[in-house]
Amino acid sequence: MAEEYNPYNPIVMDHFLNPRNMGDLEDADGIGEVGAAACGDIMKISLKISDDGRISDARFKTFGCGSAIASSSMATELVKGKTIEEALKVTNKNVVDALGGLPPVKIHCSVLAEEAIKAALEDYLKRHPEKAAMVATNSHSA
Amino acid sequence: MTKVYLDSQSSTPVLPEVYEAMLPWFSQYYGNASAMHEQGLRARAALDQARKQFSEAIQSSDPEGVIFTSCGTEANNLAVKGSAYALQHKGRHIIISTAEHPSVENSVAFLERHGFSATRVPVNSEGFIDPADIQAAITPETILIATHYANHDIGTIQPVTQIGAIAQEHNIQYFIDATFSAGWLPINVEEMNASLVSISPHRFYGPKGVGVLHKNRKARINSIIHGGIQENNRRSGTENIPAIVGGGLAMELAEKKREKRVSRVKVLQEKLWKGLSESISYIQLNGPRPGENRHPANLNVSTEFIEGEGQLLLCNAAGIAVASGSSCVSKNLKSSPTLTAIGLHITLAQGNIIFSLGKDNTFEQIEYVVASFTKIVERLRQMSPMWEDFQKGNISSVIAGKEK
Repeated sequence: MAEEYNPYNPIVMDHFLNPRNMGDLEDADGIGEVGAAACGDIMKISLKISDDGRISDARFKTFGCGSAIASSSMATELVKGKTIEEALKVTNKNVVDALGGLPPVKIHCSVLAEEAIKAALEDYLKRHPEKAAMVATNSHSA
Repeated sequence: MTKVYLDSQSSTPVLPEVYEAMLPWFSQYYGNASAMHEQGLRARAALDQARKQFSEAIQSSDPEGVIFTSCGTEANNLAVKGSAYALQHKGRHIIISTAEHPSVENSVAFLERHGFSATRVPVNSEGFIDPADIQAAITPETILIATHYANHDIGTIQPVTQIGAIAQEHNIQYFIDATFSAGWLPINVEEMNASLVSISPHRFYGPKGVGVLHKNRKARINSIIHGGIQENNRRSGTENIPAIVGGGLAMELAEKKREKRVSRVKVLQEKLWKGLSESISYIQLNGPRPGENRHPANLNVSTEFIEGEGQLLLCNAAGIAVASGSSCVSKNLKSSPTLTAIGLHITLAQGNIIFSLGKDNTFEQIEYVVASFTKIVERLRQMSPMWEDFQKGNISSVIAGKEK
């Protein structure tokens, strides 16, 4: 068997080469776009959120390196099926851990993924102030 | 799986005959070239032979001017720091360009932290140094002018003969970094008035582990590696005889075969650029158009709306080895300084890919690369929010703006 040499671990490579949930959502309930081309990465995450406050679908589009694409792919996988409260608690470390680790210089890619998820959720909550109040109450009581 | 190596400016395979020539010098003739016995004297004769091969290749009549180092970077360090230390009684000012290899740029930056000053003359949008800028930067304190011959990123061939004439007129030492040029471009140290020239054999089918600095009789340098009196006390440390023997032969063969190799890669370079520019939209060439002012093996492009590392990794997955000057690829997260120096728009620097051709590449490989790369660009654009914004008319194309 031929040996394979890749700059990232097999999970990261898999999410880069076979990204999950790539694209846009028609009638997305929340869209978050973070980063800038000047910094090398732009991530856009679109979410579909059902009436009971659960993320029923997620999509990403990313301008960036292999680990940025893998981070956004993994982030969409992590938030699918979660409630808004749960998804707001997804951190970059969760993304890095799920990817089996990223090189130190690429950790910022996972930070951007966390920020993109949060931005998409904030966009949703802005459009749905009544849910925002609920999320705030729930997180205070937690 | 198809494998295409298009990173020949990073390194090349050792020629079979070079490899053969190196073999006896590992276990059969292993003596130290400083030793006074048969083994040592044999090694010394091998060093002399290699000195001849290198000096003849650059039209120098002085094989003793050849100093062996461990690599091109060390040769460049020796040229820059060695000149500065040797000439500091005359002045402490150095002139380079903004598009030098890190081994030159960072050596000068080091000297600046130790009491020297430097002027970095700009390069234009194709990477050319204007000799008039060099002339204008000269002060009574100037002790060294250092420029590359061909740029390591974008292949720009500098007017080194004109710069050499200016250096000569002002009696200033001139160092030409030819680590990306030797073996591919003709070098004549006399005509170029090159006080110092550096050479990197692993870029023309020689081995790694050897670099060369050629010094003419007038040039002054101090050693920067201290120890025994190897290389006439200009570079201490036991010489790497197998690599030096291999490097010398690779240099001789490169000169013999230069025209044939160059005419071949030139055709491939043109074919590759024609293919890419015809099948991919919003792609631009960085550096001069293929022709006499560009290194025949180099093709540096930027594809808009996508980033370079993703392109590089997908090329790798398709069996194609390329390089990129994108910040995402570099360990310090900075785009290639050359791309910054030519004023390339930041998004184009991010979308940078460097293809460098070698003598063994074929037409079929170029066709495969054009077809594969076209698909890779399409795929990454489908993923890119910038491409989507461009399609919707929210942002405009930097490349299209330039073409207008």
